[in-house]
Amino acid sequence: MGFTSSNQHLLSKIATSLGHGEDSPYFDGWKAYDKDPFNLTQNPNGVIQMGLAENPLCFDLIQEWIKKNPKASICTAEGVDEFKDIAIFQDYHGLPEFRNAVAKFMGRARGGRVTFDPDRIVMSGGATGANELIAFCLADPGDAFLVPSPYYPAFDRDLRWRTGVQLVPVPCHSSNDFKITKAALETAYEKAQESNIKVKGLIITNPSNPLGTILDRETLRTLVSFINEKNIHLICDEIYAATVFTEPNFVSIAEILSEDIACNRDLIHIVYSLSKDMGLPGFRVGIVYSYNDEVVNCGRKMSSYGLVSTQTQHLIASMLLDEEFTESFITESAKRLATRHGVFTRGLAKVNIDCLNSNAGLFCWMDLRRLLKESTVEAELALWRLIIHEVKLNVSPGSSFHCSEPGWFRVCFANMDEETMEVALQRIHTFVHQKETVVPAKNKKLWRSNLRSLSFSSRRLGLDEVVLMSPHSPIPHSPLLRAKT
Amino acid sequence: MKLLSRKATCNSHGQDSSYFLGWQEYEKNPFHEVRNPAGIIQMGLAENQLSFDILESWLANNPDAAGFKRDGESIFRELALFQDYNGLPSFKNALVEFMAEIRGNKVRFDPNNLVLTAGATSANETLMFCLADPGEAFLLPTPYYPGFDRDLKWRTGVEIVPIHCSSSNGFQITGSALEEAYQQAQKRNLKVKGVLITNPSNPLGTTMSRDELNLLISFVAAKDIHLISDEIYSGTVFDSPSYISITEALMDRNLELTNVWDHVHIVYSLSKDLGLPGFRVGAIYSNNATVVAAATKMSSFGLVSSQTQYLLSVMLSDKKFTSNYITENQKRLKKRCDMLVSGLKNAGIGCLKSNAGLFCWVDMRHLLISKTFEAEMELWKKVLYEVGLNISPGSSCHCTEPGWFRVCFANMSEDTLNLSMQRIKSFVQSITTDGDSRNRRQTVRNSRRRSLTKWVFRLSSYDHEPER
Repeated sequence: MGFTSSNQHLLSKIATSLGHGEDSPYFDGWKAYDKDPFNLTQNPNGVIQMGLAENPLCFDLIQEWIKKNPKASICTAEGVDEFKDIAIFQDYHGLPEFRNAVAKFMGRARGGRVTFDPDRIVMSGGATGANELIAFCLADPGDAFLVPSPYYPAFDRDLRWRTGVQLVPVPCHSSNDFKITKAALETAYEKAQESNIKVKGLIITNPSNPLGTILDRETLRTLVSFINEKNIHLICDEIYAATVFTEPNFVSIAEILSEDIACNRDLIHIVYSLSKDMGLPGFRVGIVYSYNDEVVNCGRKMSSYGLVSTQTQHLIASMLLDEEFTESFITESAKRLATRHGVFTRGLAKVNIDCLNSNAGLFCWMDLRRLLKESTVEAELALWRLIIHEVKLNVSPGSSFHCSEPGWFRVCFANMDEETMEVALQRIHTFVHQKETVVPAKNKKLWRSNLRSLSFSSRRLGLDEVVLMSPHSPIPHSPLLRAKT
Repeated sequence: MKLLSRKATCNSHGQDSSYFLGWQEYEKNPFHEVRNPAGIIQMGLAENQLSFDILESWLANNPDAAGFKRDGESIFRELALFQDYNGLPSFKNALVEFMAEIRGNKVRFDPNNLVLTAGATSANETLMFCLADPGEAFLLPTPYYPGFDRDLKWRTGVEIVPIHCSSSNGFQITGSALEEAYQQAQKRNLKVKGVLITNPSNPLGTTMSRDELNLLISFVAAKDIHLISDEIYSGTVFDSPSYISITEALMDRNLELTNVWDHVHIVYSLSKDLGLPGFRVGAIYSNNATVVAAATKMSSFGLVSSQTQYLLSVMLSDKKFTSNYITENQKRLKKRCDMLVSGLKNAGIGCLKSNAGLFCWVDMRHLLISKTFEAEMELWKKVLYEVGLNISPGSSCHCTEPGWFRVCFANMSEDTLNLSMQRIKSFVQSITTDGDSRNRRQTVRNSRRRSLTKWVFRLSSYDHEPER
């Protein structure tokens, strides 16, 4: 039996609002994929999922470890002696060995350059839960966090929905490779002040989603001095810390704090999770690590709403205390990510598609600006729908990340096997050729040379040039479909 | 500018209540049969430790569930990646069937109406976020689970208005008590969005009568508000009268096609029935599609680990296991309850007649020096320090009558339970038979009061998870 709309008043404002963010066009790609998912053998013309930042590349290593360590499970003959104690343990401090293991792993993921205190580790329901928890601890309804854009779309839900906190974007631009500048921070801060919005903190994702880049030391120090000057918090979502696959090394905020820098440590908080670095989003292992004792205290009480299953705590503790394993895992994972990234970016380069230079994450920030009809969000979404429905790739449009420049797309490369990656690249090649060969033959050569000379400087070009380069006629059927008939 | 949020710096998490003093004392001096036989026995913890052997033997016979395998094939990858907030279908199917089985299969549940959450703690908070705005209120019959003060109010900004129940009628909910509570809310300018009951009750250990349930249903229907039935102890009903769940009560009145059907929501968990609080398995069940949709999205903040979902999907799909477990577990709970009741009777202490839960609601009013909550606190501290038992004072459950205590019976061995009964008996004898007892009590009280100040001073720095 359904409900009548007259009953809407009986529910909360939160429940009946759109704060969950799921009505955004971002989810159209998901729906297209769900309806027609690619499968190498069973559905080779389906939509390839490239919108999911998952990391299954090293599951074989984890599975092998699990096989070799039956005691890590409380359900095996070897481990069942501990079943009772683990099953009744609901202390929100978490299993001590779990906190020790996570602290160790966090240190190792940062090359052993910093150490973490297990007593500052607070559990949460994934990083999703962690981000909401930290917002509840640091801000009142109506307060705001600054967040550099482009940023992870779910921040809109995680930080705002039930907390009533606002987000004020700090736009970053391709002109300087999307680096966060002090000027941009100041501008955003002042704008908030002018609108009478109280800024309580700055939240950064480092390594960045969707950019795949890491913050350099100078930028981090700039951020630290900025937040100290304004006496606001700095939340560093370091969920992708161990996905840094090539130099330069990741510099965690923890490392900055350990250097000679003037900083009120009560303002610094780290959000972490095993969902990306270890590829275990299903296990819901989220962490809030705060240098502020009160936040640890309060956060711990709030963690009651999203504790990690002790069955999982126990398994993870055993796994991450095996330093030989974690050492080789992190190294091998980085290697495999580097390989994937290389294959993908080289594949794109073959059709002159550039990506932002990146050394981390599970995705590339792809520059498709020259394929836009015009430099607008509408054109970006039009191109996106084309890519979904005709090229049959679910990629994520930059606008869903609140990017201020249309034409950028996040494309994930780790969540599929090698053959699927090949198919995806092939489809991209075909699509780009298609788009760029729909011109009269006599101009073809000129067109092509223009294209090449423009592609490197395209980032600095404005609207006109983009219009020149992209064809105006509608794109014919996907070559894949044509080949079929 | 204040550095942290108001929520972070207020006391709504409820952990500064004296309730936690007992916990702290227990941790300092925990009873152990061999290593510390004079230590404090924990009787404030509503855990079900009686049937782990049944679980362990099931595990021994089902190695696949442990090794991320299904029919011998590894499903590790699928589980590791599974973060769909709709939950593992096989788990939800098994869970609703388990819930139905607990209700004697008198009702059926649709897995699509079930939302998985990180424990009942998260389920209750999530329902508040869905059903009420900050400043609105829910009515709760007293006495109630102390954790509700945190779970329902802290981050949601929702208020609790008590429905006062008294021992004069076995703490049952009456129509006048409901109306009075509603009026009280109006007086406080609080918009009432619903009533929340725990059935079977914590801390009473009783199941609600059909009359009470009908009263509640009529009340919420008339006021056009919600009814949340926290049925976390539904599997612990070990004696007559048999359990009537809210769903059964609604169906018996043919209310499936009415408005009230959409306004009734159930909270469940495996923490009590299966004794697995560490696994954080909670659920919201609702026939209201909007509530299910909103709660599902909110569950993102506290999903159940896929590893755990899978294990339990296999376990609960084993009908031989579930039917045996339910029956055997209830048998053992009854035995334990009987032990506690007769042991207390032997000491001249009565209990509210109960048929469910992991505790008894014990009547120690006759041991109070005065009919006050101060006297209750005194008695409680005496029981804690002199008798060495950590039991829960009724005031921590917002009981309106001093002298009642919740005493748990399922979280210790039989021997330990017997020992606790002996201690109580000696204690009661010492305070009622000895001529010098009053003087002794005074001396003891004075010395304890001095040392108490020390502990109270340290209390504010102590934090611990409140237990049901």
